[in-house]
Amino acid sequence: MSDILAQLGTFWADLPLIVRIVVGILTIVVPLLIGMAMLTYFERKVMAAMQLRQGPNMVGPFGLLQPFADGLKLLSKETVVPTQANAGVFFAAPMLTFLLALVAWAVIPFGEGLVLADINVGVLYLFAISSLGVYGIIMAGWASNSKYAFLGGLRAAAQMVSYEVSIGLVIVTVLLCVGSLNLSKIVEAQKTVWFFIPLFPMFIIFFISALAETNRAPFDLPEGESELSGGFNVEYSSMTFALFFLGEYINMILMSAMTVILFLGGWLPPLDIAPLNWIPGPLWFIAKITFVLFCFIWVRATLPRYRYDQLMRLGWKVFLPFSLIWVVLTSGVLVYFDLLPK
Amino acid sequence: MALLDRTARGLFLWELVKGMALTFSYMFKPRVTLNYPYERGPTSPRFRGEHALRRYPNGEERCIACKLCEAICPALAITIEAEPREDGSRRTTRYDIDMTKCIYCGLCQEACPVDAIVEGPNLEFATETREELYYNKDKLLANGDRWEAQIAANLAADAPYR
Repeated sequence: MSDILAQLGTFWADLPLIVRIVVGILTIVVPLLIGMAMLTYFERKVMAAMQLRQGPNMVGPFGLLQPFADGLKLLSKETVVPTQANAGVFFAAPMLTFLLALVAWAVIPFGEGLVLADINVGVLYLFAISSLGVYGIIMAGWASNSKYAFLGGLRAAAQMVSYEVSIGLVIVTVLLCVGSLNLSKIVEAQKTVWFFIPLFPMFIIFFISALAETNRAPFDLPEGESELSGGFNVEYSSMTFALFFLGEYINMILMSAMTVILFLGGWLPPLDIAPLNWIPGPLWFIAKITFVLFCFIWVRATLPRYRYDQLMRLGWKVFLPFSLIWVVLTSGVLVYFDLLPK
Repeated sequence: MALLDRTARGLFLWELVKGMALTFSYMFKPRVTLNYPYERGPTSPRFRGEHALRRYPNGEERCIACKLCEAICPALAITIEAEPREDGSRRTTRYDIDMTKCIYCGLCQEACPVDAIVEGPNLEFATETREELYYNKDKLLANGDRWEAQIAANLAADAPYR
Protein backbone atom coordinates (compact mmCIF):
# COMPACT_ATOMS: atom_id res chain seq x y z
CA MET A 1 0.00 0.00 0.00
CA SER A 2 2.64 2.52 1.04
CA ASP A 3 4.66 1.33 -1.99
CA ILE A 4 1.86 2.36 -4.34
CA LEU A 5 1.42 5.67 -2.52
CA ALA A 6 5.17 6.38 -2.77
CA GLN A 7 5.08 5.58 -6.50
CA LEU A 8 2.08 7.85 -6.94
CA GLY A 9 3.95 10.56 -5.01
CA THR A 10 6.99 10.39 -7.27
CA PHE A 11 4.74 10.24 -10.36
CA TRP A 12 2.97 13.38 -9.15
CA ALA A 13 6.28 15.16 -8.42
CA ASP A 14 7.61 14.24 -11.87
CA LEU A 15 4.69 15.84 -13.68
CA PRO A 16 5.34 19.26 -15.22
CA LEU A 17 4.32 22.18 -13.01
CA ILE A 18 1.61 23.36 -15.42
CA VAL A 19 -0.10 19.94 -15.31
CA ARG A 20 -0.01 19.92 -11.51
CA ILE A 21 -1.53 23.40 -11.36
CA VAL A 22 -4.26 22.57 -13.87
CA VAL A 23 -5.15 19.36 -12.01
CA GLY A 24 -5.21 21.33 -8.74
CA ILE A 25 -7.51 23.96 -10.22
CA LEU A 26 -9.83 21.34 -11.69
CA THR A 27 -10.12 19.50 -8.36
CA ILE A 28 -11.43 22.76 -6.87
CA VAL A 29 -13.51 24.11 -9.76
CA VAL A 30 -15.38 20.96 -10.78
CA PRO A 31 -16.71 20.08 -7.30
CA LEU A 32 -17.44 23.78 -6.84
CA LEU A 33 -19.64 23.91 -9.94
CA ILE A 34 -21.43 20.73 -8.91
CA GLY A 35 -21.82 22.18 -5.42
CA MET A 36 -23.27 25.34 -6.91
CA ALA A 37 -25.80 23.30 -8.90
CA MET A 38 -26.72 21.42 -5.73
CA LEU A 39 -27.03 24.72 -3.89
CA THR A 40 -29.74 25.95 -6.26
CA TYR A 41 -31.57 22.66 -5.68
CA PHE A 42 -31.03 22.91 -1.90
CA GLU A 43 -32.30 26.49 -1.91
CA ARG A 44 -35.46 25.61 -3.80
CA LYS A 45 -36.15 22.61 -1.57
CA VAL A 46 -35.56 24.45 1.72
CA MET A 47 -37.62 27.45 0.62
CA ALA A 48 -40.37 25.09 -0.51
CA ALA A 49 -40.35 23.32 2.85
CA MET A 50 -40.57 26.61 4.72
CA GLN A 51 -43.45 27.73 2.51
CA LEU A 52 -45.24 24.36 2.83
CA ARG A 53 -44.65 23.47 -0.82
CA GLN A 54 -43.01 20.49 -2.52
CA GLY A 55 -40.16 22.03 -4.47
CA PRO A 56 -38.69 20.38 -7.57
CA ASN A 57 -39.43 16.65 -7.46
CA MET A 58 -39.86 15.47 -11.05
CA VAL A 59 -36.42 15.44 -12.71
CA GLY A 60 -34.45 12.49 -11.37
CA PRO A 61 -34.82 11.02 -7.87
CA PHE A 62 -36.35 13.70 -5.57
CA GLY A 63 -35.76 16.20 -8.40
CA LEU A 64 -32.00 16.05 -7.83
CA LEU A 65 -31.26 16.52 -11.53
CA GLN A 66 -33.37 19.69 -11.77
CA PRO A 67 -30.38 22.12 -11.71
CA PHE A 68 -28.72 20.22 -14.57
CA ALA A 69 -31.94 20.32 -16.58
CA ASP A 70 -32.12 24.07 -15.94
CA GLY A 71 -28.51 24.46 -17.03
CA LEU A 72 -29.14 22.58 -20.27
CA LYS A 73 -32.19 24.73 -20.89
CA LEU A 74 -30.14 27.91 -20.50
CA LEU A 75 -27.49 26.53 -22.86
CA SER A 76 -30.06 25.89 -25.57
CA LYS A 77 -31.49 29.43 -25.41
CA GLU A 78 -30.67 32.31 -27.68
CA THR A 79 -28.28 35.02 -26.48
CA VAL A 80 -30.10 38.29 -27.00
CA VAL A 81 -28.05 41.48 -27.28
CA PRO A 82 -30.13 44.67 -27.03
CA THR A 83 -29.60 47.02 -30.00
CA GLN A 84 -28.56 49.90 -27.77
CA ALA A 85 -26.20 47.80 -25.67
CA ASN A 86 -22.45 48.17 -25.68
CA ALA A 87 -21.75 44.62 -26.85
CA GLY A 88 -18.14 44.36 -25.65
CA VAL A 89 -18.85 45.40 -22.07
CA PHE A 90 -22.17 43.57 -22.17
CA PHE A 91 -20.38 40.27 -22.71
CA ALA A 92 -17.40 41.09 -20.52
CA ALA A 93 -19.58 41.71 -17.43
CA PRO A 94 -20.88 38.16 -16.83
CA MET A 95 -17.47 36.70 -17.66
CA LEU A 96 -15.85 39.01 -15.11
CA THR A 97 -18.40 38.13 -12.43
CA PHE A 98 -17.94 34.41 -12.98
CA LEU A 99 -14.15 34.67 -13.19
CA LEU A 100 -13.82 36.67 -9.98
CA ALA A 101 -16.11 34.28 -8.14
CA LEU A 102 -13.85 31.37 -9.13
CA VAL A 103 -10.48 33.07 -8.73
CA ALA A 104 -11.06 33.77 -5.03
CA TRP A 105 -11.09 30.03 -4.29
CA ALA A 106 -7.33 29.81 -4.89
CA VAL A 107 -6.56 30.83 -1.29
CA ILE A 108 -9.34 28.98 0.55
CA PRO A 109 -7.86 26.23 2.75
CA PHE A 110 -10.04 23.11 2.65
CA GLY A 111 -7.99 21.30 5.27
CA GLU A 112 -4.57 21.30 6.85
CA GLY A 113 -2.25 22.16 3.92
CA LEU A 114 -5.05 21.60 1.39
CA VAL A 115 -4.85 24.96 -0.35
CA LEU A 116 -3.94 25.87 -3.92
CA ALA A 117 -2.00 29.04 -3.08
CA ASP A 118 -0.94 29.34 0.55
CA ILE A 119 -0.13 33.05 0.39
CA ASN A 120 0.51 35.19 3.46
CA VAL A 121 -1.98 37.90 2.49
CA GLY A 122 -4.88 35.49 1.91
CA VAL A 123 -7.46 37.65 3.67
CA LEU A 124 -6.43 40.76 1.76
CA TYR A 125 -6.61 38.81 -1.50
CA LEU A 126 -10.11 37.54 -0.69
CA PHE A 127 -11.24 41.02 0.32
CA ALA A 128 -9.81 42.54 -2.87
CA ILE A 129 -11.43 39.93 -5.12
CA SER A 130 -14.83 40.19 -3.47
CA SER A 131 -14.63 44.00 -3.76
CA LEU A 132 -13.88 43.68 -7.47
CA GLY A 133 -17.08 41.66 -7.83
CA VAL A 134 -19.07 44.88 -7.95
CA TYR A 135 -17.50 45.81 -11.29
CA GLY A 136 -19.18 42.94 -13.09
CA ILE A 137 -22.56 44.19 -11.89
CA ILE A 138 -21.92 47.87 -12.64
CA MET A 139 -20.67 46.97 -16.12
CA ALA A 140 -23.76 44.83 -16.73
CA GLY A 141 -26.06 47.60 -15.56
CA TRP A 142 -24.37 50.24 -17.67
CA ALA A 143 -23.77 48.21 -20.83
CA SER A 144 -27.36 46.96 -21.05
CA ASN A 145 -28.51 50.53 -21.70
CA SER A 146 -31.81 49.85 -19.98
CA LYS A 147 -33.20 51.89 -17.11
CA TYR A 148 -33.96 48.91 -14.90
CA ALA A 149 -30.53 47.43 -15.39
CA PHE A 150 -28.93 50.82 -14.80
CA LEU A 151 -30.81 51.38 -11.54
CA GLY A 152 -29.90 47.87 -10.44
CA GLY A 153 -26.25 48.49 -11.22
CA LEU A 154 -26.22 51.76 -9.29
CA ARG A 155 -27.85 50.17 -6.28
CA ALA A 156 -25.42 47.27 -6.38
CA ALA A 157 -22.46 49.64 -6.45
CA ALA A 158 -23.67 51.71 -3.49
CA GLN A 159 -24.73 48.67 -1.48
CA MET A 160 -21.65 46.53 -1.98
CA VAL A 161 -19.26 49.41 -1.29
CA SER A 162 -21.14 50.39 1.90
CA TYR A 163 -21.10 46.92 3.36
CA GLU A 164 -17.49 46.26 2.44
CA VAL A 165 -16.53 48.94 4.96
CA SER A 166 -18.03 47.03 7.86
CA ILE A 167 -16.73 43.72 6.48
CA GLY A 168 -13.28 45.27 6.45
CA LEU A 169 -13.58 46.32 10.09
CA VAL A 170 -14.82 42.87 11.08
CA ILE A 171 -11.83 41.31 9.35
CA VAL A 172 -9.56 43.72 11.22
CA THR A 173 -10.91 42.50 14.57
CA VAL A 174 -10.26 38.90 13.58
CA LEU A 175 -6.77 39.79 12.39
CA LEU A 176 -6.07 41.48 15.73
CA CYS A 177 -6.85 38.22 17.47
CA VAL A 178 -4.78 36.09 15.07
CA GLY A 179 -1.80 38.21 14.15
CA SER A 180 -1.60 36.86 10.61
CA LEU A 181 -3.26 37.41 7.23
CA ASN A 182 -2.74 33.80 6.24
CA LEU A 183 -6.08 31.95 6.14
CA SER A 184 -4.58 28.67 7.38
CA LYS A 185 -3.06 30.52 10.35
CA ILE A 186 -6.44 32.11 11.06
CA VAL A 187 -8.03 28.68 11.25
CA GLU A 188 -5.25 27.27 13.41
CA ALA A 189 -5.61 30.20 15.82
CA GLN A 190 -9.13 28.92 16.57
CA LYS A 191 -7.93 25.59 17.99
CA THR A 192 -8.85 26.63 21.54
CA VAL A 193 -12.08 28.52 20.83
CA TRP A 194 -13.85 29.41 17.59
CA PHE A 195 -13.93 33.17 17.11
CA PHE A 196 -17.70 33.38 16.88
CA ILE A 197 -17.88 32.98 20.68
CA PRO A 198 -15.61 35.86 21.80
CA LEU A 199 -16.50 38.00 18.76
CA PHE A 200 -20.19 37.14 18.57
CA PRO A 201 -21.53 40.59 17.55
CA MET A 202 -18.85 40.77 14.85
CA PHE A 203 -19.94 37.36 13.61
CA ILE A 204 -23.53 38.59 13.23
CA ILE A 205 -22.38 41.78 11.48
CA PHE A 206 -20.16 39.77 9.15
CA PHE A 207 -22.98 37.39 8.27
CA ILE A 208 -25.43 40.21 7.55
CA SER A 209 -22.83 42.10 5.53
CA ALA A 210 -22.12 38.90 3.62
CA LEU A 211 -25.80 38.80 2.68
CA ALA A 212 -25.53 42.36 1.37
CA GLU A 213 -22.23 41.65 -0.36
CA THR A 214 -23.69 38.74 -2.31
CA ASN A 215 -26.93 40.63 -3.10
CA ARG A 216 -29.03 38.08 -1.28
CA ALA A 217 -32.41 38.68 0.34
CA PRO A 218 -33.19 40.84 2.33
CA PHE A 219 -30.61 42.97 0.51
CA ASP A 220 -31.44 41.88 -3.05
CA LEU A 221 -32.16 45.43 -4.20
CA PRO A 222 -29.89 45.23 -7.27
CA GLU A 223 -32.12 42.44 -8.58
CA GLY A 224 -35.40 43.49 -6.98
CA GLU A 225 -37.77 41.38 -9.09
CA SER A 226 -40.84 43.29 -7.94
CA GLU A 227 -39.52 46.80 -8.57
CA LEU A 228 -36.69 46.49 -11.13
CA SER A 229 -37.95 43.31 -12.85
CA GLY A 230 -34.57 41.63 -12.47
CA GLY A 231 -32.29 44.64 -12.07
CA PHE A 232 -28.83 44.41 -13.57
CA ASN A 233 -29.47 41.10 -15.31
CA VAL A 234 -32.79 42.06 -16.88
CA GLU A 235 -31.34 42.14 -20.42
CA TYR A 236 -29.33 38.94 -20.07
CA SER A 237 -30.35 35.58 -21.43
CA SER A 238 -28.90 32.16 -22.12
CA MET A 239 -25.24 31.63 -21.13
CA THR A 240 -24.61 35.28 -20.23
CA PHE A 241 -27.37 34.98 -17.64
CA ALA A 242 -26.12 31.57 -16.57
CA LEU A 243 -22.68 33.06 -15.86
CA PHE A 244 -24.24 35.72 -13.62
CA PHE A 245 -26.26 33.06 -11.88
CA LEU A 246 -23.21 30.84 -11.40
CA GLY A 247 -21.20 33.83 -10.20
CA GLU A 248 -23.84 34.81 -7.65
CA TYR A 249 -24.14 31.34 -6.18
CA ILE A 250 -20.40 30.69 -6.14
CA ASN A 251 -20.01 34.02 -4.38
CA MET A 252 -22.56 32.80 -1.85
CA ILE A 253 -20.47 29.68 -1.22
CA LEU A 254 -17.36 31.85 -1.05
CA MET A 255 -18.81 34.19 1.56
CA SER A 256 -19.95 31.16 3.56
CA ALA A 257 -16.45 29.73 3.32
CA MET A 258 -15.07 33.08 4.55
CA THR A 259 -17.52 33.08 7.46
CA VAL A 260 -16.46 29.54 8.33
CA ILE A 261 -12.74 30.36 8.13
CA LEU A 262 -12.96 33.60 10.09
CA PHE A 263 -15.46 32.58 12.77
CA LEU A 264 -16.42 28.90 12.71
CA GLY A 265 -13.00 27.31 12.91
CA GLY A 266 -12.50 26.29 9.27
CA TRP A 267 -11.75 22.59 9.01
CA LEU A 268 -11.46 22.05 12.79
CA PRO A 269 -13.95 19.74 14.53
CA PRO A 270 -16.08 21.39 17.25
CA LEU A 271 -14.22 19.46 19.97
CA ASP A 272 -10.88 17.73 19.52
CA ILE A 273 -12.14 14.40 20.92
CA ALA A 274 -12.30 10.84 19.58
CA PRO A 275 -15.36 10.41 17.33
CA LEU A 276 -15.30 14.00 16.10
CA ASN A 277 -11.66 14.22 15.01
CA TRP A 278 -11.89 10.98 13.01
CA ILE A 279 -13.91 12.86 10.42
CA PRO A 280 -11.46 14.44 7.96
CA GLY A 281 -11.09 18.24 7.99
CA PRO A 282 -12.46 18.97 4.51
CA LEU A 283 -15.72 17.24 5.48
CA TRP A 284 -16.06 19.47 8.55
CA PHE A 285 -15.33 22.44 6.32
CA ILE A 286 -18.04 21.45 3.82
CA ALA A 287 -20.53 20.69 6.61
CA LYS A 288 -20.00 24.13 8.13
CA ILE A 289 -20.30 25.83 4.74
CA THR A 290 -23.56 23.97 4.19
CA PHE A 291 -24.82 25.19 7.56
CA VAL A 292 -24.00 28.82 6.73
CA LEU A 293 -25.62 28.43 3.30
CA PHE A 294 -28.70 27.07 5.01
CA CYS A 295 -28.77 30.25 7.10
CA PHE A 296 -28.54 32.32 3.87
CA ILE A 297 -31.60 30.52 2.51
CA TRP A 298 -33.38 30.60 5.86
CA VAL A 299 -33.00 34.38 5.95
CA ARG A 300 -34.30 34.62 2.39
CA ALA A 301 -37.38 32.59 3.29
CA THR A 302 -38.07 34.76 6.34
CA LEU A 303 -37.41 38.42 5.61
CA PRO A 304 -38.89 40.87 3.11
CA ARG A 305 -36.63 43.14 1.07
CA TYR A 306 -35.14 46.23 2.71
CA ARG A 307 -36.01 49.67 1.41
CA TYR A 308 -33.07 51.50 -0.14
CA ASP A 309 -32.79 54.17 2.58
CA GLN A 310 -33.09 51.52 5.30
CA LEU A 311 -30.26 49.62 3.67
CA MET A 312 -28.00 52.67 3.66
CA ARG A 313 -28.99 53.55 7.22
CA LEU A 314 -28.13 50.06 8.45
CA GLY A 315 -24.80 50.05 6.65
CA TRP A 316 -23.53 53.52 7.56
CA LYS A 317 -25.32 54.44 10.78
CA VAL A 318 -25.49 51.10 12.56
CA PHE A 319 -22.87 48.67 11.32
CA LEU A 320 -20.05 51.13 10.70
CA PRO A 321 -20.05 52.82 14.16
CA PHE A 322 -20.77 49.54 15.92
CA SER A 323 -17.92 47.67 14.25
CA LEU A 324 -15.57 50.63 14.74
CA ILE A 325 -16.32 50.66 18.46
CA TRP A 326 -15.84 46.93 18.61
CA VAL A 327 -12.45 47.18 16.88
CA VAL A 328 -11.32 49.71 19.46
CA LEU A 329 -12.78 47.61 22.28
CA THR A 330 -11.14 44.39 21.08
CA SER A 331 -7.74 45.98 20.61
CA GLY A 332 -8.08 47.68 24.00
CA VAL A 333 -8.85 44.40 25.72
CA LEU A 334 -6.04 42.62 23.87
CA VAL A 335 -3.50 45.29 24.83
CA TYR A 336 -4.68 45.67 28.43
CA PHE A 337 -4.58 41.96 29.22
CA ASP A 338 -1.42 41.51 27.13
CA LEU A 339 -3.18 38.94 24.91
CA LEU A 340 -1.88 40.26 21.60
CA PRO A 341 -0.53 37.42 19.44
CA LYS A 342 3.26 37.55 19.31
CA MET B 1 -38.37 50.83 31.71
CA ALA B 2 -40.36 50.55 28.49
CA LEU B 3 -37.58 52.35 26.67
CA LEU B 4 -35.00 49.96 28.10
CA ASP B 5 -37.18 47.03 27.09
CA ARG B 6 -37.53 48.34 23.56
CA THR B 7 -33.81 49.07 23.24
CA ALA B 8 -32.85 45.65 24.51
CA ARG B 9 -35.23 43.97 22.10
CA GLY B 10 -33.79 46.03 19.25
CA LEU B 11 -30.20 45.41 20.20
CA PHE B 12 -30.59 41.65 20.51
CA LEU B 13 -32.64 41.47 17.28
CA TRP B 14 -35.48 39.85 19.19
CA GLU B 15 -38.13 40.30 16.49
CA LEU B 16 -35.73 38.89 13.92
CA VAL B 17 -34.98 35.83 16.01
CA LYS B 18 -38.69 35.23 16.56
CA GLY B 19 -39.40 35.47 12.83
CA MET B 20 -36.58 33.11 11.98
CA ALA B 21 -37.82 30.61 14.58
CA LEU B 22 -41.27 30.74 13.00
CA THR B 23 -40.04 29.93 9.49
CA PHE B 24 -37.84 27.19 10.90
CA SER B 25 -40.81 25.58 12.67
CA TYR B 26 -42.76 25.69 9.40
CA MET B 27 -40.08 23.56 7.75
CA PHE B 28 -41.36 20.50 9.58
CA LYS B 29 -45.06 21.01 8.95
CA PRO B 30 -46.82 18.81 6.39
CA ARG B 31 -47.03 20.19 2.86
CA VAL B 32 -50.28 21.84 1.81
CA THR B 33 -49.72 21.56 -1.95
CA LEU B 34 -50.77 18.58 -4.05
CA ASN B 35 -48.40 16.75 -6.36
CA TYR B 36 -50.89 17.49 -9.14
CA PRO B 37 -50.80 14.87 -11.86
CA TYR B 38 -50.42 12.18 -9.18
CA GLU B 39 -52.57 13.70 -6.42
CA ARG B 40 -55.80 15.56 -7.05
CA GLY B 41 -58.21 17.55 -4.99
CA PRO B 42 -61.85 16.40 -4.82
CA THR B 43 -64.32 17.59 -7.51
CA SER B 44 -68.03 18.19 -6.96
CA PRO B 45 -70.63 15.99 -8.71
CA ARG B 46 -71.83 19.26 -10.23
CA PHE B 47 -68.43 19.94 -11.77
CA ARG B 48 -68.85 21.34 -15.28
CA GLY B 49 -66.04 19.99 -17.44
CA GLU B 50 -65.76 18.60 -20.94
CA HIS B 51 -69.06 17.91 -22.74
CA ALA B 52 -70.33 14.43 -23.56
CA LEU B 53 -73.32 13.00 -25.41
CA ARG B 54 -74.76 10.03 -23.54
CA ARG B 55 -76.42 6.85 -24.75
CA TYR B 56 -79.12 4.60 -23.27
CA PRO B 57 -77.89 1.27 -21.88
CA ASN B 58 -79.05 -0.45 -25.08
CA GLY B 59 -76.66 1.71 -27.12
CA GLU B 60 -79.29 4.07 -28.55
CA GLU B 61 -78.24 7.71 -28.37
CA ARG B 62 -80.31 9.81 -26.02
CA CYS B 63 -80.39 13.01 -28.03
CA ILE B 64 -83.75 13.61 -29.75
CA ALA B 65 -82.68 16.75 -31.62
CA CYS B 66 -85.05 19.07 -29.78
CA LYS B 67 -82.46 21.85 -30.12
CA LEU B 68 -83.23 23.26 -26.66
CA CYS B 69 -79.52 23.30 -25.89
CA GLU B 70 -78.76 25.13 -29.10
CA ALA B 71 -81.49 27.66 -28.27
CA ILE B 72 -80.36 28.32 -24.71
CA CYS B 73 -76.63 28.39 -25.33
CA PRO B 74 -75.61 31.99 -24.46
CA ALA B 75 -72.34 31.71 -26.35
CA LEU B 76 -73.91 30.20 -29.49
CA ALA B 77 -71.39 27.40 -29.31
CA ILE B 78 -73.76 24.60 -30.31
CA THR B 79 -74.81 23.83 -33.89
CA ILE B 80 -77.40 21.12 -34.57
CA GLU B 81 -78.91 19.77 -37.78
CA ALA B 82 -81.58 17.07 -37.64
CA GLU B 83 -83.58 14.73 -39.94
CA PRO B 84 -85.99 11.85 -39.32
CA ARG B 85 -84.05 8.58 -39.35
CA GLU B 86 -85.08 5.54 -41.49
CA ASP B 87 -87.03 4.05 -38.57
CA GLY B 88 -88.96 7.34 -38.24
CA SER B 89 -87.34 8.59 -35.04
CA ARG B 90 -85.97 12.11 -34.96
CA ARG B 91 -82.15 12.23 -34.59
CA THR B 92 -79.34 14.68 -35.17
CA THR B 93 -77.20 14.45 -38.28
CA ARG B 94 -74.84 17.05 -36.94
CA TYR B 95 -74.09 18.03 -33.36
CA ASP B 96 -71.09 20.39 -33.05
CA ILE B 97 -69.81 22.24 -30.01
CA ASP B 98 -67.18 24.90 -30.49
CA MET B 99 -65.24 24.43 -27.21
CA THR B 100 -63.42 27.72 -27.78
CA LYS B 101 -66.76 29.57 -27.62
CA CYS B 102 -68.24 27.56 -24.76
CA ILE B 103 -68.32 29.37 -21.41
CA TYR B 104 -69.08 26.20 -19.39
CA CYS B 105 -72.26 27.68 -17.90
CA GLY B 106 -74.02 24.33 -17.87
CA LEU B 107 -77.27 25.68 -19.33
CA CYS B 108 -77.23 23.02 -22.09
CA GLN B 109 -77.36 20.19 -19.58
CA GLU B 110 -80.07 22.01 -17.60
CA ALA B 111 -82.15 22.44 -20.78
CA CYS B 112 -81.82 18.86 -21.98
CA PRO B 113 -85.07 16.91 -21.34
CA VAL B 114 -83.39 13.49 -21.76
CA ASP B 115 -80.04 14.08 -20.02
CA ALA B 116 -78.26 13.57 -23.34
CA ILE B 117 -75.79 16.48 -23.35
CA VAL B 118 -73.92 16.71 -20.05
CA GLU B 119 -70.74 18.32 -18.81
CA GLY B 120 -68.56 15.52 -17.53
CA PRO B 121 -65.87 15.45 -14.83
CA ASN B 122 -62.96 15.72 -17.29
CA LEU B 123 -60.96 18.96 -17.17
CA GLU B 124 -57.82 17.87 -19.00
CA PHE B 125 -58.66 18.29 -22.67
CA ALA B 126 -56.13 20.91 -23.71
CA THR B 127 -55.03 20.56 -27.33
CA GLU B 128 -52.17 21.80 -29.45
CA THR B 129 -54.34 23.21 -32.25
CA ARG B 130 -57.53 25.22 -32.30
CA GLU B 131 -59.21 22.81 -34.76
CA GLU B 132 -59.08 19.99 -32.23
CA LEU B 133 -61.43 21.99 -29.99
CA TYR B 134 -64.24 22.06 -32.61
CA TYR B 135 -66.01 18.96 -31.29
CA ASN B 136 -68.36 17.04 -33.60
CA LYS B 137 -70.95 14.41 -32.81
CA ASP B 138 -68.52 11.49 -33.02
CA LYS B 139 -66.17 13.11 -30.54
CA LEU B 140 -69.02 13.94 -28.13
CA LEU B 141 -70.45 10.42 -28.30
CA ALA B 142 -66.96 8.97 -27.76
CA ASN B 143 -66.64 11.19 -24.68
CA GLY B 144 -69.97 9.88 -23.47
CA ASP B 145 -68.82 6.28 -23.83
CA ARG B 146 -65.54 7.05 -22.10
CA TRP B 147 -66.93 8.89 -19.08
CA GLU B 148 -70.36 7.21 -18.75
CA ALA B 149 -69.61 5.49 -15.41
CA GLN B 150 -68.52 8.69 -13.68
CA ILE B 151 -71.21 10.82 -15.33
CA ALA B 152 -73.94 8.40 -14.18
CA ALA B 153 -72.51 8.35 -10.64
CA ASN B 154 -72.36 12.15 -10.55
CA LEU B 155 -75.93 12.52 -11.81
CA ALA B 156 -77.15 10.04 -9.20
CA ALA B 157 -75.26 11.88 -6.44
CA ASP B 158 -76.76 15.21 -7.46
CA ALA B 159 -80.31 13.93 -8.11
CA PRO B 160 -81.65 14.46 -4.52
CA TYR B 161 -80.97 18.18 -4.79
CA ARG B 162 -82.82 18.76 -8.06
